[in-house]
Amino acid sequence: MSFHSTPLTRRPIVVLGLVAGVGIAAALSLLLGSNLIPPTEVLHRLAVPAADADAVVWGSRVPRTVLGVLVGFCLGVAGAAMQGHTRNPLADPGIFGVSAGASLAVVIGAYVLHTRAMAATLALALVGAIIAALVVFGVAAMGRGLADPVPLAIAGTAVSALLGAWTSFIVLTDETSLAAYRIWVVGSLSGRTLSGLGVVLLVVVAGLACAAANVRSLNNLALGADLARGLGENLLRARLVGLAAITLLTAASVAITGPIGFIGLTAPHLARAAVGGDHRWLLPASGLAGSVVLVGCDILGRLIGGQAEVSVGVVLTVLGGVVFVAIVRRGRMATL
Amino acid sequence: MTGLSGPFTWGAAPYAGHRTGLVTAVCAVAVLIVGVAGLVAGSSDLTLADALRTLVGAGSPPQQLIVLELRLPRVAAGLTVGAALGLAGALTQTFARNPLATPDILGVTSGAGLGAVAAIVLAGGSYSLTSAVLGLGLPVAATLGASVTALVVYGLAWRDGVDSYRLVLIGIGATAAIGGLTSFLIARAQITEAAAASQWLVGSLSGVSWPSVRPVLLALVVVAPVALAQGPDLDAGMLGDDVAAGLGVAIQRHRLLVLGCAVALTAAAVSASGPIGFVAFVAPQIAQGLAHRARPPLLASALVGSVVVTGGDAFARSVLPGEIPVGIITVAVGAPYLIWLLLHNTERKDMA
Repeated sequence: MSFHSTPLTRRPIVVLGLVAGVGIAAALSLLLGSNLIPPTEVLHRLAVPAADADAVVWGSRVPRTVLGVLVGFCLGVAGAAMQGHTRNPLADPGIFGVSAGASLAVVIGAYVLHTRAMAATLALALVGAIIAALVVFGVAAMGRGLADPVPLAIAGTAVSALLGAWTSFIVLTDETSLAAYRIWVVGSLSGRTLSGLGVVLLVVVAGLACAAANVRSLNNLALGADLARGLGENLLRARLVGLAAITLLTAASVAITGPIGFIGLTAPHLARAAVGGDHRWLLPASGLAGSVVLVGCDILGRLIGGQAEVSVGVVLTVLGGVVFVAIVRRGRMATL
Repeated sequence: MTGLSGPFTWGAAPYAGHRTGLVTAVCAVAVLIVGVAGLVAGSSDLTLADALRTLVGAGSPPQQLIVLELRLPRVAAGLTVGAALGLAGALTQTFARNPLATPDILGVTSGAGLGAVAAIVLAGGSYSLTSAVLGLGLPVAATLGASVTALVVYGLAWRDGVDSYRLVLIGIGATAAIGGLTSFLIARAQITEAAAASQWLVGSLSGVSWPSVRPVLLALVVVAPVALAQGPDLDAGMLGDDVAAGLGVAIQRHRLLVLGCAVALTAAAVSASGPIGFVAFVAPQIAQGLAHRARPPLLASALVGSVVVTGGDAFARSVLPGEIPVGIITVAVGAPYLIWLLLHNTERKDMA
């Protein structure tokens, strides 16, 4: 992956274009939906919250747009960091089981410990994400190394299946919670509110700070672990900072929306095609691309579903599976 | 390491065949024991003697109801579903020369699941699954879903031959996309059909009846002999396609037969019980380890599959609290085994 395949002057333009894309997606997300409201009426309600009697705009569209942009950005950056550290083009918090770990911990918290407060949910998601990430990376590293796509993908599948079975076990023993869990587990932006978001924002900022601090190491690691060490990189510290960024951002996302897969896979690939492999540009571009993709898929789910919306997690799983297959088919998998 | 990456010792050792025969016989005895245990295990206090007496027609009416109407179809379903999954897994693992290439991971199981869920949802309007849907619509839809998925995955993995790891990765992607489509169908369905479909997707033997056992039994009777007849060609295929062709194997026809058998068996099993995860992965590996073979022995894999599913279900009914679906138990056992295998299997094998 050459750093200079993209003309240097083009990168700021691309990033500006992505920012504009996020703006357009957010605007469409406010204007479109299963409740048909004319655009002028939406603008009026935005300006005068009192006019929003049925709370469609302020109660539903505004929160899901804000959360969509936020979660998309987090997952995009987490995916880029994960692909950079593993040098594995299939890396994604969802595919590799990190989201499943966070989900299991959240389900345990909700149905065994009976806590649904945002701070507690977040803390549990964080613990689950860290444990799952350590297990998956540990298994893969002890096997054939992280750069080979297959062991990590299989280890992630196995860990996800195992955690999913435990989650089902907990949920099935408590029939009343089954309905609530089913809605949560597919990953959705509808029905979420902005309350309790403060503590999540703290975690997001911490995660983004770790990712920013990791940029230089990621660029060195792109040359291979040996060369990175030769350049004076402290590999252990670089890995720990990267792990912190990935787990913090994933846990925050899961706590807000439930597990949403494939953003972390898709966004970095889009961003890399636009700005190249330099992580100073790749990380923010991945985040912006993640926001666009997530909000776009959410809008798509609202439009194809009619009154019964299709949650964004479902839309992304279908599209993401296709992207995954396309990446595998392209076959230049070891070149990251 | 058992036969996974070991040398082809079975060809050189004249007693290897005897060992496979012995293992198969032991597995058959285990199937009998587990089958009887499946009749006895459960919430009513039925003794072994009661169960056996009822089987030959001498029990009291309540005992007849429990044994013949409730437990016997369940045990029969466990045995046939397990055998179908074990055999299907042995076929795909040998076919791809990769223990990871099971119907679960290749997407065939989820394709069958998507077809079956579509049948359940589209049969909407009725409040319960009629026996017509169970007996005919479900298996046909599941077979259709499984066949299309197998063809698409295999086609997408093809690039001057099929690398078994590319096959596995494309299967993982296909599984995800199909899972999304299945969730989409469930989300769009009426609440009763949605509940039935999501209950069914966990993989459970509770609520199976004779009409749901018949298709899988039929599939076993028809497909298993065809599959078993492929044994010698599978042995030759282990040596590579060129050698196999030199030994007189019609490679393309053989491939098509093996894949077709695996798809039919998987679809039949899934339509009877829902997708019971990891059986098709674990059973052939256990059989292969027991028999010290370079590939999973077909008949023994089927028998181990029967033992795993029926035994797991009996265990869930008798030891664990509540009614835990057997699908959860097989995943809880199978996934760690897969992880263990990843830690120990460091060799990369490609298909020509």
